[in-house]
Amino acid sequence: MTILVIAEHDNKVVAPATLNTVAAAAKIGGDIHVLVAGLGAGAVAEAAAKIAGVAKVLVADNAAYAHQLPENVAPLIAELGKGYSHILAAATSNGKNILPRVAAALDVDQISEIISVESADTFKRPIYAGNAIATVQSNASVKVITVRATGFDPVAAEGGSASVETVAAAHDAGTSSFVGEELAKSDRPELTAAKIVVSGGRGMQNGDNFKHLYALADKLGAAVGASRAAVDAGFVPNDMQVGQTGKIVAPQLYIAVGISGAIQHLAGMKDSKVIVAINKDEEAPIFQVADYGLVADLFEAIPELEKLV
Amino acid sequence: MKVLVAVKRVVDFNVKVRVKADNSDVDLANVKMAMNPFCEIAVEEAVRLKEQGIATEVVVVSIGSSAAQEQLRTALALGADRAILVESAEDLTSLAVAKLLKAVVDKEQPQLVILGKQSIDSDNNQTGQMLAALSGYGQGTFASKVAISGDSVAVTREIDGGAQTVALKLPAIVTTDLRLNVPRYASLPNIMKAKKKPLEVLTPSALGVSCACTVHTLKVEAPAARSAGIKVKSVAELVEKLKNEAKVI
Repeated sequence: MTILVIAEHDNKVVAPATLNTVAAAAKIGGDIHVLVAGLGAGAVAEAAAKIAGVAKVLVADNAAYAHQLPENVAPLIAELGKGYSHILAAATSNGKNILPRVAAALDVDQISEIISVESADTFKRPIYAGNAIATVQSNASVKVITVRATGFDPVAAEGGSASVETVAAAHDAGTSSFVGEELAKSDRPELTAAKIVVSGGRGMQNGDNFKHLYALADKLGAAVGASRAAVDAGFVPNDMQVGQTGKIVAPQLYIAVGISGAIQHLAGMKDSKVIVAINKDEEAPIFQVADYGLVADLFEAIPELEKLV
Repeated sequence: MKVLVAVKRVVDFNVKVRVKADNSDVDLANVKMAMNPFCEIAVEEAVRLKEQGIATEVVVVSIGSSAAQEQLRTALALGADRAILVESAEDLTSLAVAKLLKAVVDKEQPQLVILGKQSIDSDNNQTGQMLAALSGYGQGTFASKVAISGDSVAVTREIDGGAQTVALKLPAIVTTDLRLNVPRYASLPNIMKAKKKPLEVLTPSALGVSCACTVHTLKVEAPAARSAGIKVKSVAELVEKLKNEAKVI
């Protein structure tokens, strides 16, 4: 068995989710190859070659792959993937965008967001916003899978010495083009990789009040997240949303502030090791999953908490 | 131009589902069903394109049991012109659904196909991408803005670090994210009118699609329950517990 892992990157650095995906591949067992498709991604290929457990890195460097447009990248992966037993990618917005297109090109079903590997063909994945866990088995010739990063501890980024091989194949479907992007800038740790996450909800009342959470987060070295209510109300940008349709996090500590705890929000954070809820409504559903609950006005509790930690 | 919208009948998003005692599946007997929330956003976007004079006809399609006619009638009440049900009693995978939709696309020749980004039951997030692959069209997934100009569509997409805009040649596939629009409610007169709009029923065999699948569900279990927590009385007590008991700060 040989497994192809699609590297998640921005042409400059390897995203941490790639390490979790390699960890899932290692659980399946077999040789692990990593594909770096991009433009001018030499540094990414070098970093990928150092990932523990990786046997070979394939580099497809072409202008058509610069922004990982699925119309161009998916045919490349499908062509290379025919010789592999498994094709894995992280369940990031890129992985979710590209991999189903690969699966359809190979005429196989895809398995989304696995959280555990039972055997080489059997996997567990959450359904119904995480309210049920399905065990699924695939008899596809090539198993195409996206991996939920929080389900697997990352492998070491250093220690490997894989060979690097260039792939010449160029696919340019000509049906799509990149126009532009606006990326949110933040000095705080990345939400999905942070050890501590502080999240605010509707109870924050406005965007300005999030400064209290930022202050607390900076003291804890934490990332800041939000519920859908806070995003929809325009308090914070939508890439901060934690939940079924936003980011899935599983930090050591998750502090939910002014968040009621709707099913869709819990889907994104209930695998956190320790959950703290601060809410003035003692009936809020969030208290049912919280390890430590504090019924208090957040505008008094958060500054006090910031002082004490 | 013609716009095709795919809608799915799913359990209502407010229902907390329970797993069956025999671990075969979740229990959907006597549970409220509704149109998948992302599909509502897809229907709304298509109807808005029609109101702007860009779309000339909005066709909705659903694949599933005959009960899905209810969701198609809802879409008709929201402004779609006609509906197609591909009736299948089987539990279909995303790939099978994408193949059936491809057959409908071949038949209807729409310029734009709009789907939700994922259904809240299987949480797969695959069908739109698979349909795009099968039809060879460009895909604009997780769309928060759709702007059509001439023979192309600019789609602003929600990505992990922010937003990205791509331009796609028409025909194209778009999947909706939460913030694309706020769906309207169907008015009573429109619900009555929707009963008279055409609804065609097809079968997978009539479309020449076989639904063999390569993935099977072995069992469905409830997630591990979290042990009950405690309520602390003060911030000081909370900090003390986090430092000394949980040891996370």
